[in-house]
Amino acid sequence: MPAGTLYRGREGMWSWVAHRVTGVLIFFFLFVHVLDTALVRVSPEAYDDVVATYKTPIVNVLEYGLVAAILFHALNGLRVIAVDFWSKGPKYQKQMLWTVVGVWVVLMAGAFYPVLQHTLRTLFGS
Amino acid sequence: MNDVSLYDVDNPAPVIEPPRKRTKKTPKSTRTNFELYGWLFMRLSGVVLVVLVLGHLLIQLVLDGGVSKIGFAFVAGRWASPFWQGWDLCMLWLAMLHGANGLRTVINDYAQRDTTRFWLKMLLYTATVFTVLLGTLVIFTFDPNIA
Repeated sequence: MPAGTLYRGREGMWSWVAHRVTGVLIFFFLFVHVLDTALVRVSPEAYDDVVATYKTPIVNVLEYGLVAAILFHALNGLRVIAVDFWSKGPKYQKQMLWTVVGVWVVLMAGAFYPVLQHTLRTLFGS
Repeated sequence: MNDVSLYDVDNPAPVIEPPRKRTKKTPKSTRTNFELYGWLFMRLSGVVLVVLVLGHLLIQLVLDGGVSKIGFAFVAGRWASPFWQGWDLCMLWLAMLHGANGLRTVINDYAQRDTTRFWLKMLLYTATVFTVLLGTLVIFTFDPNIA
């Protein structure tokens, strides 16, 4: 283990790291998203042009990544609240993290087709 | 990893100051409970945002063909209802403030020089105020017949 560090690794630290990273990514996307939505005040064509970008395969896959980040941040955020406010929260924080990961995997599997259907249909036909 | 310690009496391990240790420079009183309210706000807004944002994702990216259906006409249809205008307005303000406070914490943690920290936060606050006001203006002044 490297000397001079307070970081302890394992579930507690890595969930905290993932919460930070996903939080920052979501916040940066939010800036872009408010700006692109503001184009509805310019003209319908300007807005539809930028929304067309959201329908390209690469950006569509990035949307699935955005859903992944948001779902983790939301579920782990609920876990943080439980750790802070539930008397047994700190005791069960590891179990709660693995519950978060489990629910996240299920929701991501369920979101796969609905979120990516636009790309799947354009690339592989209807 | 092995059991042999890198450090001994002559070569001690580096000392890590406990976080938030009181020093000579620390003010006697912090005067307000701003950080407490910030901490509470993150949890309260977080719970509300789970509902608002996951609902938003469900409508925009999952139901009714996913992203395919989105366009000016779709936005016009949704913002014809004061309910969805209110939903989006709450989501905008809560998400921006939640995100800004989160990034403020990240800047405070990692930017070590006082001037760097100050200017990064000024940039953050400027961008946040601009984006919140722009988004609010767009929701309130939306015109479906703009063309």
